[in-house]
Amino acid sequence: MSIDPVILFFGLGVLAGIAKSDLKIPPAIYELLSIMLLLTIGLKGGVELSRSPMGGLWLQAIAVLAMGFIFPLFIYPLARKVGRIGQSDAASLAAHYGSVSVATFAVGIAFLTDRNISYDSQLPIFLVLLEVPAIVVGILLARRASRRAQAWSKVMHEIVFGKSILLLVGGLFIGWIAGPEGIAPIEPLFFDLFKGVLALFLLEMGLIAVSQSHALKVHGPFLVVFGVLMPLPLGTIGVLVGWAIGLSAGGAALLGVLAGSASYIAAPAAMRIAVPDANPSLSLTASLGVTFPFNIFIGIPIYYAIAAAVVGGG
Amino acid sequence: MTDASRKLVTIVTEAILEVEICTAVESLGATGYTVTNARGSGSRGVRDAGWSTDSNVRIEVICSAELARRIENHMQKFYYENYAMVLFETDVSVLRPEKFS
Repeated sequence: MSIDPVILFFGLGVLAGIAKSDLKIPPAIYELLSIMLLLTIGLKGGVELSRSPMGGLWLQAIAVLAMGFIFPLFIYPLARKVGRIGQSDAASLAAHYGSVSVATFAVGIAFLTDRNISYDSQLPIFLVLLEVPAIVVGILLARRASRRAQAWSKVMHEIVFGKSILLLVGGLFIGWIAGPEGIAPIEPLFFDLFKGVLALFLLEMGLIAVSQSHALKVHGPFLVVFGVLMPLPLGTIGVLVGWAIGLSAGGAALLGVLAGSASYIAAPAAMRIAVPDANPSLSLTASLGVTFPFNIFIGIPIYYAIAAAVVGGG
Repeated sequence: MTDASRKLVTIVTEAILEVEICTAVESLGATGYTVTNARGSGSRGVRDAGWSTDSNVRIEVICSAELARRIENHMQKFYYENYAMVLFETDVSVLRPEKFS
């Protein structure tokens, strides 16, 4: 099986970071790339939804939401007991790993598209649904953080109107309302350029992953072990849930990708505001420096293999 | 020119706090503020603006000595413990002192 070129771009970014190259993606361009990725994922889902409105979405959505609420409740005691990590930091880790990573999802879509494997159109909706619950649970687990009274409303505003959910949901609606013909004129920018945009985005992700990994020395081997071992059981559960709610092999694999991934945009921002005494670099290093690379190199093919085995076909 | 001396309060802190702090500064009574993006290094490590949680802002407020004191107390009470923050004040002379409460 040939390695996906977009992943090689991530490797190039890592190399540049380690070599202390002067390579730097300007922040404004990185911002634009992430906006394009979020909109593309939303639009793709929306167009598919307009083609084939599916029934039974409510039940599936409830199952996916339940997953988002339950995951952090498993991760938190594990981090507390096995990792001997403090309450706030463990709660923050639980929020990061219960929530999802859009970039990992995008690599998962690229993986499936390359192999001409179709996936269910409601996956972008599940992406949105999985983003929030774990963050809420994580904040509740940390609890004592709310010294500032306005924290909750502010945090919910940060999550719901933060760019990732806004653009994903916005893209879904635009794609759904416009339909395939309506989207056709803007397709070249979003759909045709998807892999190229993703490649540039991953180049920057490689640089960032290296800049985050210095914290690994401080926090010791637990983070590496945690970051590598956490995604596999979570991802497997995701695949099985996908199978149970009747997704295709591609769809179940993507739900596994979502479940196994860890947030590094929404969760860090929300936890920084709601749980200020949690060390932000601890969770970010694990999710960005360890779990993200693990998932794009090793996790995604594994989740797909499991999905193909249980759902069949592929 | 009548009493044209004011305090310039400079707060260097995490970008994620920008909106919150600017709102607080205004509700404490400041008539305005200036925000610039910032980079640097300190006790919380290199903050090079390469990633959203790593970026800093510099918030500057020109105000009376009394308001400067209140802003400092507010920052100390809510942010010093858990956030990357440096705060200092300087004496400045201003034209149009009526602009700065």
